[in-house]
Amino acid sequence: MRDFSYLRASSADEARQAALQAGSVLLAGGTTLLDLAKCGVMEPETVIDITHLSGLGGITVDAGGATIGALAKMGEVADHAGIRAAFPAVSESLSLAASAQLRNMATIGGNLLQRTRCSYFREPDVFPACHKRNPGSGCSALGGVTRNHAVLGTSDACIASYPGDLAVALVAFDAVVEVGGRTVSVDDFFLLPGNTPERETVLERGEMITAVTVPASAAAKNSTYLKVRDRQSYEFAAASAAVGLEFEADGKTVRDIRVALGGVATKPWRARNVEQALVGKVLSPETVEAASRLAMEGAVSHGANHYKIELAPRVVARAILKVGGLA
Amino acid sequence: MTIMEPRKHGDASDGTVGGRQTRFEGNLKVTGGATYALEYPLDGLAYAILVQSTIPAGRVVKVDAEKALAAPGVLMVLTPDDDMGLLVASDWGGNRPENQPYYPLPRQVQYNGQSIAAVVAESREQAVEAARLICITYEKAPHVAGFDDVAAGEGKVMDNLTSEWGDAETALAAAPVQIEGEYSTPREYHVAMEPHGLTVKWDGDRITVWEPSQWSHGMARSYSEWFGIPYENVRLVSPFIGGGFGSKGAALAHGAVAAFASRKLGRPVKLALTRPQNFTNYGGRAATRQRIKIGATEDGILQAIVHRGASETSTYADWPEQTGAATPILYRIENFSSQHRVVPVNTVTPGALRGPGKNPSAFGIESAMEELAYKLGMDPLELRLKNYADHDYQSGKPWSTRRLREALTEGAEAFGWSRRSHEPRSMRDGKTLIGWGIGCGTFPVIQAPSEAMIRILRNGRVEVVSGAIDMGQGTYTILAQTAAEVFGIPVDQVEVHLGDSRLPGAAIAGGSMLAGSILGAVHKAATAARDELIGLALNDEKSPLRDTGANTLTFSGGRIAAPRDQGPSLTLSELMAALGRDEIEILRNTLPDGATAQEQHQAWTSMAKIQGPTMGEYSMHSWCAHFAEVRVDEDFGTVRVSRIVSAFDCGRLYNPRLVESQWRGGIIMGIGQALLEEGLVDQRNGRTVNSNMGDYLVPTNADVPHIEVISVGIPDYGASALGGKGVGEVGIVGVAPAIANAVFHATGKRVRDLPITLEKLI
Repeated sequence: MRDFSYLRASSADEARQAALQAGSVLLAGGTTLLDLAKCGVMEPETVIDITHLSGLGGITVDAGGATIGALAKMGEVADHAGIRAAFPAVSESLSLAASAQLRNMATIGGNLLQRTRCSYFREPDVFPACHKRNPGSGCSALGGVTRNHAVLGTSDACIASYPGDLAVALVAFDAVVEVGGRTVSVDDFFLLPGNTPERETVLERGEMITAVTVPASAAAKNSTYLKVRDRQSYEFAAASAAVGLEFEADGKTVRDIRVALGGVATKPWRARNVEQALVGKVLSPETVEAASRLAMEGAVSHGANHYKIELAPRVVARAILKVGGLA
Repeated sequence: MTIMEPRKHGDASDGTVGGRQTRFEGNLKVTGGATYALEYPLDGLAYAILVQSTIPAGRVVKVDAEKALAAPGVLMVLTPDDDMGLLVASDWGGNRPENQPYYPLPRQVQYNGQSIAAVVAESREQAVEAARLICITYEKAPHVAGFDDVAAGEGKVMDNLTSEWGDAETALAAAPVQIEGEYSTPREYHVAMEPHGLTVKWDGDRITVWEPSQWSHGMARSYSEWFGIPYENVRLVSPFIGGGFGSKGAALAHGAVAAFASRKLGRPVKLALTRPQNFTNYGGRAATRQRIKIGATEDGILQAIVHRGASETSTYADWPEQTGAATPILYRIENFSSQHRVVPVNTVTPGALRGPGKNPSAFGIESAMEELAYKLGMDPLELRLKNYADHDYQSGKPWSTRRLREALTEGAEAFGWSRRSHEPRSMRDGKTLIGWGIGCGTFPVIQAPSEAMIRILRNGRVEVVSGAIDMGQGTYTILAQTAAEVFGIPVDQVEVHLGDSRLPGAAIAGGSMLAGSILGAVHKAATAARDELIGLALNDEKSPLRDTGANTLTFSGGRIAAPRDQGPSLTLSELMAALGRDEIEILRNTLPDGATAQEQHQAWTSMAKIQGPTMGEYSMHSWCAHFAEVRVDEDFGTVRVSRIVSAFDCGRLYNPRLVESQWRGGIIMGIGQALLEEGLVDQRNGRTVNSNMGDYLVPTNADVPHIEVISVGIPDYGASALGGKGVGEVGIVGVAPAIANAVFHATGKRVRDLPITLEKLI
């Protein structure tokens, strides 16, 4: 690991000011930063410690929704009674992520910004070509081992999947990221790779996530996060779905439905076409199955990840049927 | 049947052989008191880090180390340009070429991830950073990424592994029922919790190496031969080891590099492999494939087995992962033919990983037997029992002991096999398909000579001293139990010293051969020490027992007395004090009487003296039968093992608690092998791209179900002096086919290539 200087910020403003400097990076839980520094992917010159700053933690839940401080720990949020009651999918997405040790360290802000597990991104010495790491250098994943790569939102420049779980639940329920003075919806916060896979979010240099807010909704209250993977614990999703559902008064017609996918796309993937196909419909296994297939519109396989195109709609369907009381 | 119920610690059975004594060194380990090789605090340590090739084949043309040498804290850079003046050491058999130079950092690149340079610095961080500044120019050569690569070819037949009897092809052709299948297993890795590495220090021409080892004497020999120093000048220390599974039995290139750097710098050096380097610096289990044809009568009597297998090896050494190892001995078979090839590819030479040979072999034959059962419409348990081998059809010899029938029937009983419905997809719970499967396993009894020292001290304590290794399997504990039994004292009156090449010689902690071998030596030495003490007690004029008139003494309950309680009884310390002795020290080995010093050295430092399973009048093996229940999500293809019952014949169990632990460990590794583990190789450059614990998956606690283990063995005194057979390797053998068979039963899909990941089932 390269030597770096360490700055313990005395205020959020000082942290932001210091982060304007090229080569600076914020340190919160450190679970991604340390990992990628060891891999030689991140080589910070200055690490700005914000872990002790006040006003950036805390979780409040009221009738309007939840506000989660950027420095709140994954484990805290997962176990928060208010979050569990009003946003079960958010709580579950965190409980099913990483390991207990990591959840005790990692923060919500850092979790949103976690980087891809693309093997080629993570091994610069052996695979120098990576547009995400080194713009213009190429993509080593194309033509390589692609079992865990994305099938949605990919480009010729990058097929790395977004690895996180929480952001999938957040994007389903129209959560908003607070970045100092401005707010951005989670959906807009993450960028498609296009020709600039090095730009993963709209964060500008010197900006810092301060909080995430999630509006309350009946769909969020009746929600779930379903994560499918080969290993029972401590593995990224082969495919996952965050789903919330609100029925009309008849208890069977869909008034509001939210569907988002993880493990299959280059960013947390809101599947609005699935939602639109079901709003106003009476929920049944057949309608759900047909609608879920729409989630893979535009999907492209790169060999070994082909199975995701078959798997993901099944995950979506099961999750919808579950919140709909049909599975 | 003995279903082993937990027994309270402190029972009368504790302390003697066969008791459930808890792990002797357990407290040390869980409290951090056990010092591992990379934790030895030495003054003036320098830190070495390896630089590995990023191409699969070719030649190092130039190593530009200028920037690295100028980096902060850097003390030394080693490259293929440095002639370290080392000589090639002996192979496992003890054979050694004359004066052949050894280059641990070679110029020729034989695989991606080969160590070709090293950096030594004042701190590990400085060494790592400087290593990244090294610029290597290669001349690339064509490579073969794996044995499925068309350029790999068919490889070469290993003639010594060919096994034929009867007329297999003719009998197969004549058989009314035939099945054929090709089964494959990927590259698998040891992923021990403790990485490879060492701390090393020279004092003149004497070297001390703190390195995790499954074989202190064999590895010490390599260091002495590399550096041309007497064997006695090497001390390899390995009292604790954080998992070996076959990977820590030999000294490797990184050891030579660290030792050379230490000598040249004149200060101690520590070198730890990074986790990714642990995937390429030594070999995991080779990828295998095997085609099996079975012919049978319509009522399920086997007529012929034809087996053709292959495994990957490196371009510079032949390591066969013997796919035909279990095939010939599991069933009664009159016509048999097996051949195994090795296919050279650009990989590190593969190595032994728990259950070498037998493990992939059992995956093949036990999957094929289940396929035959379904072709016949017969219960797979019935098919196995129907073809029970009454003797070893390969060697023609009788079994020493073989309780595989009991393992099958008692395992089936405990599992509830009779409640199974035969048809695939016939058991479900909503969207979850449930399946049951059987897999049998075996591992040979291998014997090796060993040596042990017993010391009776004046304070009444007894020391057991051996260079043998405890890598978690329980050597400390069972040696203490053995000595405690001989002297009739509590286990905590015994001290055990292990894991040091300067201590008496021992078999490798591998191939399940150590316990049977070393216990024989300990028992012999302890009995001799007791006899010596009896002689002194009955004859020495200072002895209070001299006038009892007895011609022997009893050792029981911590006291020594005449057999019929005539006269006094003394504790060991009282007797030693009465005799005026400070110590009685006895060294014994299990070589034939009169073995020369050279023969003894050869016995402890090579495999030259080991005895295979059929070298005597019997055929000797451990056996097991696994019963697995899986739950498969019908839509997602995810497999979870929900229950395992395994019955074992490993002869007499020296310590059931520790044996169960080893069996369960093997079964858990088998779950990983069946469902998760696979080295993923990028065909373009031969790189293992998932060389880390995030991407190479092993089971978590959540993947491990309730595992019930049953012992059906009886003492086998042909197999070892104290009646035990090996326990460490056999646990994993047969687990993967039991799970694959259960997956078939659940889903109707036969997966013939491991691991059974979800995309193979949707």
